[in-house]
Formats: sequence, structure tokens, C-alpha cells
Amino acid sequence: MIIARKKPIEEILSDIAPYDRILILGCNECVTVCEAGGKKEVEVLASALSLYHLNRRDKKTFGEMTLERQCDREYLEEIRPVQDDWDAVLSLACGVGVQFTAETFPKLPLLPGVDTICLGANEDRGLWTERCQACGSCVLAKTAGICPVSRCAKRLLNGPCGGSANGKCELGADTNCAWQLIVDRLKALDRMADYETVAPIKDWSTDRAGGPRTVTREGIQI
Amino acid sequence: MNETVTSQSRLERILTSGRLAVTSECGPPRGSDPSAVREKGRLIKDHVDAVNVTDNQTAMTRMCSLAACIHLKQEGIEPVLQMVTRDRNRVALQSDILGAASFDIPNMLCLSGDHQSFGDCAQGQNVHDLDSMQLVQTACHMRDQGKFLGGADIKRPPALFVGAAANPFADPFEIRIPRLAKKIACGAQFIQTQCIYNIDKFKAWMHRAVDRGLTERAFIMAGMTPMKSVGMAKYMKTKVPGMDVPDAIIKRLSGVEKKKQAQEGIDICVEHILELSEVPGVAGFHIMAIEWEEKVPEIVERAKLFPRPAIDE
Repeated sequence: MIIARKKPIEEILSDIAPYDRILILGCNECVTVCEAGGKKEVEVLASALSLYHLNRRDKKTFGEMTLERQCDREYLEEIRPVQDDWDAVLSLACGVGVQFTAETFPKLPLLPGVDTICLGANEDRGLWTERCQACGSCVLAKTAGICPVSRCAKRLLNGPCGGSANGKCELGADTNCAWQLIVDRLKALDRMADYETVAPIKDWSTDRAGGPRTVTREGIQI
Repeated sequence: MNETVTSQSRLERILTSGRLAVTSECGPPRGSDPSAVREKGRLIKDHVDAVNVTDNQTAMTRMCSLAACIHLKQEGIEPVLQMVTRDRNRVALQSDILGAASFDIPNMLCLSGDHQSFGDCAQGQNVHDLDSMQLVQTACHMRDQGKFLGGADIKRPPALFVGAAANPFADPFEIRIPRLAKKIACGAQFIQTQCIYNIDKFKAWMHRAVDRGLTERAFIMAGMTPMKSVGMAKYMKTKVPGMDVPDAIIKRLSGVEKKKQAQEGIDICVEHILELSEVPGVAGFHIMAIEWEEKVPEIVERAKLFPRPAIDE
């Protein structure tokens, strides 16, 4: 899923400063799971912002709404009947949701309430970690199911670098060395001989480098 | 070993002749004054066969490696162009290889480079379009096929002696030799190792490299860095990733008074070179006296590596 983190409150206060009536818009998908932008976070943020501006005697009002998904026009239509009630929308969805909402309502100012971090997993209570960078051409079959593109800080396809020590990355003890994990798994799978296969130069045109990416599936298009 | 040489490299000729080669290292300055590079080069010129020029080492922005290589070449010193994959994509890497070849810089060393968070541009992007092994492949492809990665012909392909680095001490330990084998399979003709302090562990690594026949296919140069002080030894042990400094080295340096520690560091370095000169498979030494280039002549002379052989053009 997409992992996001709440934006610093100072940044939100600065972004919403020009507007009086602000709709805080949550999303019931990924950002709910990673506890950054679901219904609960919308409530907490609305209370905090209301209280802050009440104390300052600012005439700001905050609305709350949480959609099933902000990356789907069907659900975004729920905003249409109330769009004129608000000067701006503070969306707690990922960058996809913020943009899709903005595209759907061209005259409604959209502000992001979270920073979108990565594609990751729910590793532990309160801990979400990156697993994929959507490079568009998956190498996991060759790397024992551990991704060097997203988990090696140098995205080495023929790693590790010389900085791997005691299973950790040269960046520090908080980061596992992806290639240590790959080697451990190759060993567990009795596939160590595969390590010596040289990974060819990667075609990064399916990655960000190739420009915005699109998936088209003709059979299901209307 | 393949007797045909692929470049005009003096380093390649000395290694191919079976004599122990000596290289050293020159870190370009954090400024545009060429005299800093030329002066460092002059200090070691007569005592080494070639001089590596680092490429923004530890991710600190410096004068570019290629420009510094040209300065050294103009001083009559053979450079080894270090190239990291951190800062340039395949367009820039191929372009710089051609630029180096246009100045007849004959050697290059392919590295991935320290992560940018260690340097002065911690907020910068890194590139890593290729990795170090793929850079070795790219250089060899350009030289041997006379073609760009894109497939087009290169007019006057680069005549290069291509090297890579190896760290006998990094983790995971079980892939140290397979990793070396992989780099050599990619085309690395010479290998310069990480600084060696744990002699026994290095010998065990070297023994396995010989057993696998890798020393028949590439020249392995042992990396040496003299310790300036016990403080440096402790720093290297605890702070530098992938470095193996045995306690015995720290104990020995601690055993002498502070002002004599530098000399003790030189002595250790000389003793290690003399010992490793006898180890099968060791083809030479890469002496990295960091900001201490003036000590290289003493080390080379005392390690019985002087005078350097003359090579007929």
C-alpha cells in the first residue's frame, strides 16, 4: 500500500492561512491503514485546527469528510453537492488522491495534509517500511524476492557495496543491507550459485525516467 | 594471464610483466587550484607506477577526477581515473570515458561510491543508473566492441585498462570471493582492495582467490593505508564501514608515545607490504596515504619496491 506521514502542523497552518472555510478530506484506503489520513486522523486534525484558530479568534471553520477512495472519480462525486461550501480542501490522501481530487474540481483549491512516503508494508504496530519503488520492471525473481531497487540505498543490482557490515547498510544500524537479506535468502533457498549471475544493465525507461506511466487494458475499457 | 595488453597503460605493462606494481592515490582539492594536484603528484611521481585520482570521495564535492587526471598526466604521471556511479548516468559515464580517452588516460577504476549522505550534498539525488560491475562491462564493451551502449560505433574506441575495487572484509563474508569472481567476469583486469590491516583474514581471502583461479584472470593489488595515530586507527575500526582493524594494531599504536605514533604507523605499513609481497597472487600494492602523500616514497623504498621499473614505450 501507499505509506504517508502527517505533515508538520506548522506547514499545514501556513498553507491554510489564506482560506476561511476548509474541508478536511480523509481517505478510507492506504492512509487509513497507515494511520495518516483516515476518518480518525481527520477528526483529530479538525479538532486541533479549530481549537488553534478559536484561541486566536480567527474566523476559520473546518468541515470533515472521509471518502472511500480519493483515487476514484465515483467516490469523489460525493464532494460535488457541497463544493461551494468550502474555500479549500485539505486532503489527507496520498499524492494521488490530492491530485485526482484537484483534477475533478478545477476551481477548488487543494492542499496536501500528508507527505506521501513510499510503497510499503505494515511491518509492525506503528511501523511501515518501504518494499517497492514501482520501477515498472520487477527483478524479484532474480533476487530471491528481496528488492534491491527499493531496499538498497544505491539500488545496486549487483550488490552489496563495500559498506555492508553486520547485516546493516553503511547508512546506519536502522537500515538492513538489502544484499545481506538477498544472500541470506539465496542460502535458505539453496540457490547461492545464482549470486554469480551478473544482473544486466537495467532498462529504467519503465521507471520514473520514462515520464508519467500509464497502464491500458483494452479488454476492460468502456 | 592474458599476455596481450589492452591499453598504453604503464601499470598494465608492469603487472603483465609479473613485477609487483605500485599505485598511490591523490584526492583532488576542494577548489580550482591545480597546483594542489600537481604538487601531490610530484611528491610521489618517482615511487609509483600510476596514481589513482578519487572521484568526489566520501561524497564531498571536489575538483573533478578527470580534470585532476589531466593535470597529473601533464606532470608526466600516469593517472588511474576513478569513476563512481553515484553521480552520473550512462550518458555522462560514457561521455567521460571518451573524454578521458581523448587525453589518453589509460586506466580507470569503477566504483559505486560512498552514499551522498556522508558528504556535503546530503540532500542531493543519487543516480546509480549503472552499478560498478555494469560500469566495468560498459567500459570493456566500449573498448572491445568499439560501440556505445546504444549500439552505435565509436570513432577511436577508448583503449583502457579497467579495474574494480574489492573489500575482502565486508559482509556478507560468504560472497567475498563470488563477488570478486563476478567483477572479474564482467571484465575487471585489475583489482585494488580496501585497506588491509587484518593480514590473516586477507591471506585467507587471497588463498581462496588463487584457488579459484581468479589471480590468473586479474591482477590483485593489496590496498595499504598507514595509520597516522591511534585515534585514526580507532576511527577506522569503529566509524568506517567495511573496515577491519584488529585490536593488535590499536594496541601497538597505543604502546608508543603520541608523537611517535605516525612513525609506528609507517613501520606497520612497511612490515605488512613486506609480508604480503610473499603471498601468492598479490600482484602489487595500492598505497593510499590519505593527505600524507609525502610518506609514500619512504614506504615504497623501505618495502623494497624502489626503484620502479622502467617501461619501454
